[in-house]
Amino acid sequence: MLDIQGLRKSFGGVVATDNVTMGIEAGELHAIIGPNGAGKTTLIAQLSGDLAPDAGHVLFGGKDITTVPTHRRSHFGLARSFQITSVFMGLSVIDNVALAVQAHDGHSFRFWQPATTQARLRKPALEVLEKVGLIDRAGSIASALSHGERRQLEIAMALATKPSFMLLDEPMAGMGVEESAAMVEILRSLKGEKTILLVEHDMDVVFALADRISVLVYGRIVATGKPEAIRQNADVRQAYLGEA
Amino acid sequence: MSDTASAQLNDHLRVPDFFGSSTGRVVTLVFMAVLLLVPVAAHFLGIRLQLVSLDFITRILCLAIAAVSLNLILGFGGMISFGHAAFIGIGAYCVGIPAYHGYGSAWLHFPLAVVASAAFALITGAISLRTRGVYFIMITMAFAQMGYYFFLSLEEYGGDDGLTIYSRSVFGIIDIEDKMVLFLLTYACLVAAIYSVYRIVNSRFGMVVRGCNSNEARMKALGYNTYAYKLTAYVIAGGMCGLAGALLGNFTTFISPDMMSWSRSGELMFMVILGGTGSLFGPVFGAVTFVFIEELLSSFTTYWALPFGILLILSVLFIKGGLNGLIQRGWKRD
Amino acid sequence: MSTLFLIQFLNGLQLGVLLFLLAAGLTLVFGIMDFVNLAHGSLYMVGAFFCATLTFWTGSFVWAALLAIPLTALVGLVLEIGVIRHLYQRDHLDHVLATFGFILIADTLVHLIWGPEGIAIPLPGYLRGQVEVLPGIIFPTFRLVIIGSGLLVAFGLYWLIGRTRLGMLIRAGASNRTMVSALGIDIKTLFTAVFALGAVLAGLAGMLIAPITEATIGMGNDIIITAFVVIIVGGIGSMKGAFIGALLIGLIDTLGRSFLDDILKLFIPINAAETAGPAISSMLIYLIMAAVLAFRPQGLFPPKVR
Repeated sequence: MLDIQGLRKSFGGVVATDNVTMGIEAGELHAIIGPNGAGKTTLIAQLSGDLAPDAGHVLFGGKDITTVPTHRRSHFGLARSFQITSVFMGLSVIDNVALAVQAHDGHSFRFWQPATTQARLRKPALEVLEKVGLIDRAGSIASALSHGERRQLEIAMALATKPSFMLLDEPMAGMGVEESAAMVEILRSLKGEKTILLVEHDMDVVFALADRISVLVYGRIVATGKPEAIRQNADVRQAYLGEA
Repeated sequence: MSDTASAQLNDHLRVPDFFGSSTGRVVTLVFMAVLLLVPVAAHFLGIRLQLVSLDFITRILCLAIAAVSLNLILGFGGMISFGHAAFIGIGAYCVGIPAYHGYGSAWLHFPLAVVASAAFALITGAISLRTRGVYFIMITMAFAQMGYYFFLSLEEYGGDDGLTIYSRSVFGIIDIEDKMVLFLLTYACLVAAIYSVYRIVNSRFGMVVRGCNSNEARMKALGYNTYAYKLTAYVIAGGMCGLAGALLGNFTTFISPDMMSWSRSGELMFMVILGGTGSLFGPVFGAVTFVFIEELLSSFTTYWALPFGILLILSVLFIKGGLNGLIQRGWKRD
Repeated sequence: MSTLFLIQFLNGLQLGVLLFLLAAGLTLVFGIMDFVNLAHGSLYMVGAFFCATLTFWTGSFVWAALLAIPLTALVGLVLEIGVIRHLYQRDHLDHVLATFGFILIADTLVHLIWGPEGIAIPLPGYLRGQVEVLPGIIFPTFRLVIIGSGLLVAFGLYWLIGRTRLGMLIRAGASNRTMVSALGIDIKTLFTAVFALGAVLAGLAGMLIAPITEATIGMGNDIIITAFVVIIVGGIGSMKGAFIGALLIGLIDTLGRSFLDDILKLFIPINAAETAGPAISSMLIYLIMAAVLAFRPQGLFPPKVR
């Protein structure tokens, strides 16, 4: 579904993405792991369209989207969540999600009618909130949410754009044990329904959820395979544990 | 960025009500009523005090409309435009130049002012908005300066010396040569401008523009072409400010490139900040306070700009959320 | 025509060098402290007025300029320590507003101290004359001095930033301010020094132009926008961009004003050209800026890290 071909990006002399080629199949949950500084963030930025690669291509559903701007990728069905919580703190939970719904409900060059009372935005928003378990908090201002709830809202906003493919950038970042468990449940419920590329530090989560795992080290994919295979892989052990 | 810091940054997304808090409602209504009734009363009672005269208040109202329009992009849209006075100048010349050639109809002047300013906003905005941060500040400033030099070079229309408008725009039965009528028209325009901004910022379009202000990367990821929405907001603000310029040109009956010099833009910006960005009536509070302080200080000393400059710096350092913030909190610190 | 062209070329160079002195300070202060200083033009004015007074006290423009340089640095120091350093943590909007307040204060203070009239600065005899730079091309000596001093400063800055420890700190500070702190270097002092350096460069530009134009109130308020155009075109934060941008803008502005209507006359009726010429040439540098930005939103030489 998402094909990455020979992607390359360097900053000055530092190669952050080094000839990355990988494919994510429709319906799978594919995880990317790698030590800090491996170039995960740079890779994601190129997939989401925030950074232009120096070389290589990104194909989505067979279509070359390498030069397609971020906002148009969303309309192809590619959604993302952010590592740093990027919800609108001043808006209520439902308005956050409604703003995501609105992005895919025709153009927004409508200047006069109030947006926040429109049923055609609120109804789908409520459905998404139901799905991620935030329905009870619909009326709260986002800044009043706990960290874990904000991370859930982050996922809800991505979901509200009705994506076929979700790019999840460390959804567990900064979470406690209980919060993580709730997030794992959400991810599990999405599994199979959406194609997911998950970037995550929490190895337990990755090995529990992923269909396949790719390991990124110094901008290169050093291994791709099923969780068991990756667990056994010598290169991976070396990258993570320094074992020779 | 910590979550608290971004929560503060995101505060401007919260503008559900027209007047804000209940304290805000009372203060705002009283303030707007005073702004309407005091100069009218002073006029009929023959009070000859500059600070309550129709002329003085009309000038403030024109600037307030400009500040309201700037607030749409600066306060709600987060676009720090330092060239807003250009639109005032263009609006004013759209009255002055046709009038100079003998075309006096308001139905020509005002639409022309709005369209020309909006067109200038479209062209300069299309380039400026490709950049961000400090580039945007400097580029808007430079484009306004370009307008300044353009009108300066037009010797036919007075160049540096400016252009006198011998008769105000002709509206048919509404005669704005009568300063009471011009005052009321300007007041009505201000109220209409505030109400329009209110509708716009709460509309689907406004949600997008405010969202861009809070977190543009998120808006793009959600699928919004943020550039197009920001540019549209910039054009709307430009057009609205052109209207303010046309009114100001009619009021002063004398226009010069100085109306669009960059210190004028800076003053407009201060009115918005002083009043409180992202509030509907803040720019009006800001404009009134700014011009009043300026007028009072300049009546005491020719060196009024010295204490004024100090006040400006102090207000940057110490007033958070502007005057509107103080009013909404009922003057309590929180 | 070619004589006139060469003379105007030198005039353009002189403006360019002046713009470089202003733009260098702006771009240093922005590149390193991420601070937008609208009041940079006020330092230009202050330099000119110091120089004017000192010329009357010492009787020599050269001595006056040499004394005015540390004085301008002092003003920069006081400004930085008193107010500016409290603003680094604020956003650009606050920078712009506070320094805008400064302009009002500076203009009024100058008015209070020196009065409303401009002050002419007499040059010593040996700077007042003209020299034949090329056969048939006669050019004022002092304007050559401006060009020479500007190029000298440019070379000095190149050396300072590329070769010295301070320059290394400056380059490190621009790209990595935590690293500088980690090295145990007092970043506050570094910032103050850089701001004072910027002030000196601006003041020097003011001193150099004042004998030609007089020292006047608000003299910095127009040229500072042109300096903004320079660093926008060159790439904000880049010294190389400031230098090339300044020469480019200086030349284009000067040559445009002198020759544009003649060039236009080749293509459009003379009457139209005489109206359009001044209008277009007064907007020329802004149009160039727009054109550069349309293709390179970060300017011609964007700094590598930012």
